[in-house]
Amino acid sequence: MSTMTAQATQVYSVFVRATPEQLWDAITKPEFTSKYFYGSVIESTWKQGAPYAGWASDRSQQYVDGEVIEASPPRKLITTWRALYDPETAAEPFSRVTWEIEPAGDGVTKLTVVHDELEASPKTAENVAGGWSFVLSGLKTLLETGEPLSG
Amino acid sequence: MDDDHVFRALADPTRRYLLDRLFERDGRTLTELESELEMTRFGVMKHLRVLEGAGLVVTRRSGREKLHFLNPVPIRLIHDRWITKYAEHRVAALADLKTELEESA
Repeated sequence: MSTMTAQATQVYSVFVRATPEQLWDAITKPEFTSKYFYGSVIESTWKQGAPYAGWASDRSQQYVDGEVIEASPPRKLITTWRALYDPETAAEPFSRVTWEIEPAGDGVTKLTVVHDELEASPKTAENVAGGWSFVLSGLKTLLETGEPLSG
Repeated sequence: MDDDHVFRALADPTRRYLLDRLFERDGRTLTELESELEMTRFGVMKHLRVLEGAGLVVTRRSGREKLHFLNPVPIRLIHDRWITKYAEHRVAALADLKTELEESA
């Protein structure tokens, strides 16, 4: 297996058979996020400058910490990001996550997640590299079938 | 179907090689990728276009440069749809066989 240098800018993209509004809800409403985002309950008021927080489903632990930089429903969401579930990632500076939602015709919407500003956060870069694919695959399955990914 | 594009894109050694190069280091220009292949610029562009069509490569502009990023999500979708489904039964069967053989030993 080749070694991977975790990338300071990571891009993830998926086409989902759903409307931009449905995608926006799936990203911003905790009842959806808990079904595909490693069980996380994501909470924010989605106002610029508001805290962005991801909690374990029983709220015993905060997984993700950040702040809303821009929220333009249903097209664009930018937050800062720090993963708290690992002491090594929690000690690193905030990085940035951008969600872009674009209609792609025929009832399909393109969702792109750009996780960048990871230059000073190599542990976080390594940690999220596999995770975003899992999250987006689960999000697509949830919106298209109404069911979370099994297994 | 989206899966067809992904399987077709992956069914070529040059395109798999390009994905491996992007896996090592992402966000590269055509010129950088071209320097790693014994192929014309036009040939590399053609392969990148197929990878982009399948969603395996995403391009983004950074100033005057067009950067190519590996997008692993379509591979994850194939994993979730095709690999997990078949591989898990196989693995479970092997695990059962191992337990059985070890218990009877």
